[in-house]
Amino acid sequence: MPTTDELRERIESAIPGSRAEIADLTGGGDHFQATVTAPAFEGLTRIQQHRLVYDVFGKEVGGQIHALSIRTQTPARNQT
Amino acid sequence: MTQEHQNQPPAGGNPIREAIQQAIDENPTILFMKGTPDAPACGFSARTAGALQTLQAPFAAVDVLPDPRIRQELSAISSWPTIPQLFVNGELVGGCDIVMEMYESGELAVTLGVEAPQDAAGPAPEAGSPSQAPLGIENRLG
Repeated sequence: MPTTDELRERIESAIPGSRAEIADLTGGGDHFQATVTAPAFEGLTRIQQHRLVYDVFGKEVGGQIHALSIRTQTPARNQT
Repeated sequence: MTQEHQNQPPAGGNPIREAIQQAIDENPTILFMKGTPDAPACGFSARTAGALQTLQAPFAAVDVLPDPRIRQELSAISSWPTIPQLFVNGELVGGCDIVMEMYESGELAVTLGVEAPQDAAGPAPEAGSPSQAPLGIENRLG
């Protein structure tokens, strides 16, 4: 079962310059919320931003990771 | 983008995928969800359908639960792993997170071409009020 630290490290190593905060929504290790800040999101639509995060986990989302709720932001937007 | 399919029939021989694509093409606003707007079977689907209902936006709904192949083929079309999925004018708008973010910012009403209600800033109520009957992809299969 993945841990929040494991998910954070996988996101941060897969998306250059990103910072991720992961919450285990149920404590059961299968419903997670990820808040990801990355310069790579600049200029992308929300769909494209979320796909970058989903792509880190591939088929695990919907499988081992039952639910992954995503919030994405760019570093500039985060400062406002 | 990678799409893997096991036991995939030859091109042109995939009635479920064709039915899904046709439903997306024919309905300006269509929500693929678990359960129905009146009886959602998942909190994410409930919130998403609830946002559409609060905006009084007409939408078609498809329950993906009756046949697991619906979800499989939908995700193959959209390259999006989770349910719900909202399409407007043939384009994937997003799942629950994106739709709720757009609802709260007022973007969703603009995308749907409806008037935002005065109190749209508040959280959306869960779905449950009566609406049109859901589309049944499985009903189209001979």
